[in-house]
Amino acid sequence: MAEWYQVLMTALVGAGVPEWIATAVALLAGVTAIGLVAPLIALILVWLLRKVISRIQDRIGPNRVGRFGLLQTIADIVKLLSKEGINPSRADFMAYNLAPILSVFGVLLLFAVVPVTRGLIGVDINVGVLYIVALGSIGIMAALMAGWGSNNKYALLSGFRVVAQLLSYEIPLVLSMLAVVLYAGTMRFGELAEQQGNFLGLGWYVFLMPGAALIFFVCALAESEQTPFDLLEAESELIAGFHIEYSGMRFAMFFLAQFLGGFVFAWVGAAMFLGGWQGPGVDLPGIGGFLAAGYMMIKTFAIYLLMIWVRGTFPRLRVDQMMSFCWKILVPLTVGLISWQMVVQVLELPTPVIAVLVLVGNLLVMGIGLYAVGRAIRQEGFRTKRAFTPDSLIGTMQPVAE
Amino acid sequence: MPELPVEIPIPTPHQAVFIMVAVATGVASLLVVTNRNLFYSALCLVGALFGVAGVYVLLEAEFLAITQVLVYVGAIATLITFAIMLTRGIMFGVTSPNNRYMFAVMSMALLVFLLVAGVVDRVPWAVAEDLTLSGDGKSMIVDLGWEFVTTYALPLELIGLLLLIALVGAVMLARDDE
Repeated sequence: MAEWYQVLMTALVGAGVPEWIATAVALLAGVTAIGLVAPLIALILVWLLRKVISRIQDRIGPNRVGRFGLLQTIADIVKLLSKEGINPSRADFMAYNLAPILSVFGVLLLFAVVPVTRGLIGVDINVGVLYIVALGSIGIMAALMAGWGSNNKYALLSGFRVVAQLLSYEIPLVLSMLAVVLYAGTMRFGELAEQQGNFLGLGWYVFLMPGAALIFFVCALAESEQTPFDLLEAESELIAGFHIEYSGMRFAMFFLAQFLGGFVFAWVGAAMFLGGWQGPGVDLPGIGGFLAAGYMMIKTFAIYLLMIWVRGTFPRLRVDQMMSFCWKILVPLTVGLISWQMVVQVLELPTPVIAVLVLVGNLLVMGIGLYAVGRAIRQEGFRTKRAFTPDSLIGTMQPVAE
Repeated sequence: MPELPVEIPIPTPHQAVFIMVAVATGVASLLVVTNRNLFYSALCLVGALFGVAGVYVLLEAEFLAITQVLVYVGAIATLITFAIMLTRGIMFGVTSPNNRYMFAVMSMALLVFLLVAGVVDRVPWAVAEDLTLSGDGKSMIVDLGWEFVTTYALPLELIGLLLLIALVGAVMLARDDE
């Protein structure tokens, strides 16, 4: 299958359209497709989240509007649209109104590089992986602007915390993605998927680098502010940190950005670690392309469901636990993993040996990581016992003597 | 169609996009220095940095563009915004571009401009024909990485050392006296 852009261009030019109009039409078509499909996906995501979380919590979930409550989200959107958009007094007009737009904008841009199937990638740029990382900064700016522009000191504090969390978890996220990039030797999403096509399309990197995949998943949870890292949002308890002052549609835009953020990270994870569109039978003529797109979506939704599962079952971290988990466990582990992989790949070894050594390194990293987390949890038991003494050190990030 | 007396240059789509990006970058840069609110200045700075990234994209230097966004927007602009927000007097105060440092700063800016203009004018820049990096992007990034660890290994290490020194210095400044 050729690139969608080429196909569209050829068809348009063949129909006698001047080339520059054809270019504009083709680009507009791509942009419109992303801009329309992404919010529609969000409708499904919200419904899926509410339904699955309800099942986990032994409830039924939305079941009144439409069959299985499928139209519940649409009803919610109508409600949000009809709500009054409140401007807090002395809120900064520019920052306050620009922040929700920017946060959606930053996430929608990510959809441009994720692959659907062979030849159906918005733009298959040669720095695709880096692009995903770089655009995370727009979300950070949006959170800062929302926190500052709201003229509310709690929103501002939460904005700081969001930035601290996102900046911290960006480091292990980038390093875990770097593990794949190092092994594949490319940052192009199309090529990453092509390289995982061995063994009947099951040569996925998750089998080779389970440690990197696990760290990526954890960091993706943190970057999209989901449980257990949603201490800044805490919907039911804190009424949502940095966007506390937002109402109506502007609030919905933050919500949209958050859902799509989680989904796009699931998509990137599926493209990098679960083989993208690869699977048995993708090279068949005719149905192969549809099969490939189906695999891509199934994998993405599988990771998304895993995120929901985590959301429904894990307790929330405290801010000091969140920070020390990143800087004391994830960062050293990923740095160690990358160093090991570099050494292994520089030595001129046959490919199977490299693969085995990379796998050993990943398993080691997983072992050390799980051991460290287990140790931290045991220490947390000592801390909790002291939580009731007045001069407790809980939350001060001070080490507790045992 | 009658012949026009003066040929009006019609920009190609590529040039039109370049003009839009360049104008946006210029306006954003101007706003950075003329804004009365320092927080707005920082936001405009982000816009200007994005504009520069756009120029890189138009020059088909995608790697540079992404790095620009990653480093300048992601790290430096966020740091500047943080510094402004944590300084209460600046955050809620109003500054004016017409303050007493105006002439000193303007002359400095003029000097820097002359320096940059001189460098741009005098240095024999290698043009695209001389730098035939292979066409497809993948090998370009590979080449770039290779150059960093071979030809330019020393500058790269020195930059790393500089960043480390800055980091240690920041920790020394920020820590409590015990």
